[in-house]
Amino acid sequence: MNRRILSREGWIRLAVIVASTAAFEALCRAGFIPRTAVLPPSEMATSLWHILRTGEYNKDILSTLQNVVASAALSVTFGFAFGVVLHALPRLRATVEPLLASYYAIPTFMFYPVFIVVFGVSSRAIIAIAVLLSIVAMIASTLTGLDRIPRVLRKTALIYRMSTPKRAVLIDFPAAAPHLFTGIKLAFAYAFIGVIASEFILSGQGIGYAIAYAYNNFDNRNMYGLMLLVILLATAANTALDTIDRRLQNRSRR
Amino acid sequence: MTEPAGNDVHVRLTGVTRAFELSSGAKLHALGPIDLDIRRGEFFGVVGPSGCGKSTLLDILAGLSSPTQGTVLFEGKPINGVPDGVGVVFQEDASFSWLSVHDNVAFGLRRNGVDAAEVSRRVDYAIGFMGLRDFANAYPAQLSGGMRQRVCIARTLVLQPRLILLDEPFGALDQQTRLLMGEELLRLWRETGATVMLITHALDEAAMLSDRVGVMSARPGKFIDFINTEWPRERDSRIVSDPRFGAITSRLWDKLRVESLKSMGTASPGASA
Repeated sequence: MNRRILSREGWIRLAVIVASTAAFEALCRAGFIPRTAVLPPSEMATSLWHILRTGEYNKDILSTLQNVVASAALSVTFGFAFGVVLHALPRLRATVEPLLASYYAIPTFMFYPVFIVVFGVSSRAIIAIAVLLSIVAMIASTLTGLDRIPRVLRKTALIYRMSTPKRAVLIDFPAAAPHLFTGIKLAFAYAFIGVIASEFILSGQGIGYAIAYAYNNFDNRNMYGLMLLVILLATAANTALDTIDRRLQNRSRR
Repeated sequence: MTEPAGNDVHVRLTGVTRAFELSSGAKLHALGPIDLDIRRGEFFGVVGPSGCGKSTLLDILAGLSSPTQGTVLFEGKPINGVPDGVGVVFQEDASFSWLSVHDNVAFGLRRNGVDAAEVSRRVDYAIGFMGLRDFANAYPAQLSGGMRQRVCIARTLVLQPRLILLDEPFGALDQQTRLLMGEELLRLWRETGATVMLITHALDEAAMLSDRVGVMSARPGKFIDFINTEWPRERDSRIVSDPRFGAITSRLWDKLRVESLKSMGTASPGASA
């Protein structure tokens, strides 16, 4: 079967990115944008290739990825558990939900001194901030997913004489899966932001720390190479998660 | 006690009522008292105005809800929880969107621990019977509303229930699809020999499918009339052109019109004209 690699919209999106990058390259090369401010995209790519080839920053890249995965995993696990508990306890939910709704109005990063005191300058402090930033997205998605399970599916579970745990595993969680996965996607995105941003101020290693170090030493080449790496990693992860998310959403459409 | 009674009674309701307590503390008398016998193998239709307690009656028969007063016997035994041998098809789409058609239909059998070969045999039969063979690997989102409802019927059929309760199963479908689905339902009823109780808003559907139609009053719902259609067991949607069909729907509407006006709060002495 002849499958299309990209949709029409996909080709348009790609064309816009390529054209913007080419225009940016031309402006840099023509001197409209000074090299001391921004490098041409081709040099960023060359720098990234050099970074990956020499392995100069491998320790930092690995540290960042480990922190992101740990933060996302903790946020998803505890966010899901907390969401399930809140859903099961309506009074607690009524108390907590307004706080959750205004949660993202609070700049979580201001708590970094607290985390340094508690965990020291370490990965644990970075993970704590990233979890704090990402866990509420998972809680909210879990609540939405469980709220939206059609009542008729609960009746169906009764007809099959299922116990509550069986119903949760065989009906509730699969029915809520599209929303739960949206929570996973958001938790991962927030964890990524939390880790990179925390590394600027809380760490002696990691991509965020390496970017800050390069910036402080006027090392534009490495700084932009690493920034390009962050963009590519975030885009690749988000695209992969988004593909699964769309499949789940399409399957659950009624 | 309503006709017919006797040794072949499959379901018996005696003095069944259902009241709900409102958040204000007041009691809402939703249903009854209801005395009803349904014969084994009978196709029994129920019509009534909106909010008269039809679905509450079905929930009680399915064991999803308990009566406030009265007794319900299924095969001579009181109903406590969902009894074995009862299948329910709801109006809303109850297919499992995360499972293929095949796995939807196999769901109950696998839960009951039926061996794989038997699951495969019964699922293949049910899928074929409901005309879903070409869609066995499709997911519900890829099917029309009528086909999704067929999946739900197949999922019920495959468990070989002795009593099938249908709560406006074709309510969301267009008229043509409803007529054809009605034919399939009749075929299923003949093939399985199950007792069927169909709750519907559609008078023509009740008149075409049922051996007997019970008409319910406005809330609190009670049976105010029973009409024996006397259709042959071998029937299909073409009976809508039979002169008796018009007479049955006309009688149903005469009864229902008054009750519907009552439930809308506009009943008047001349309303039954």
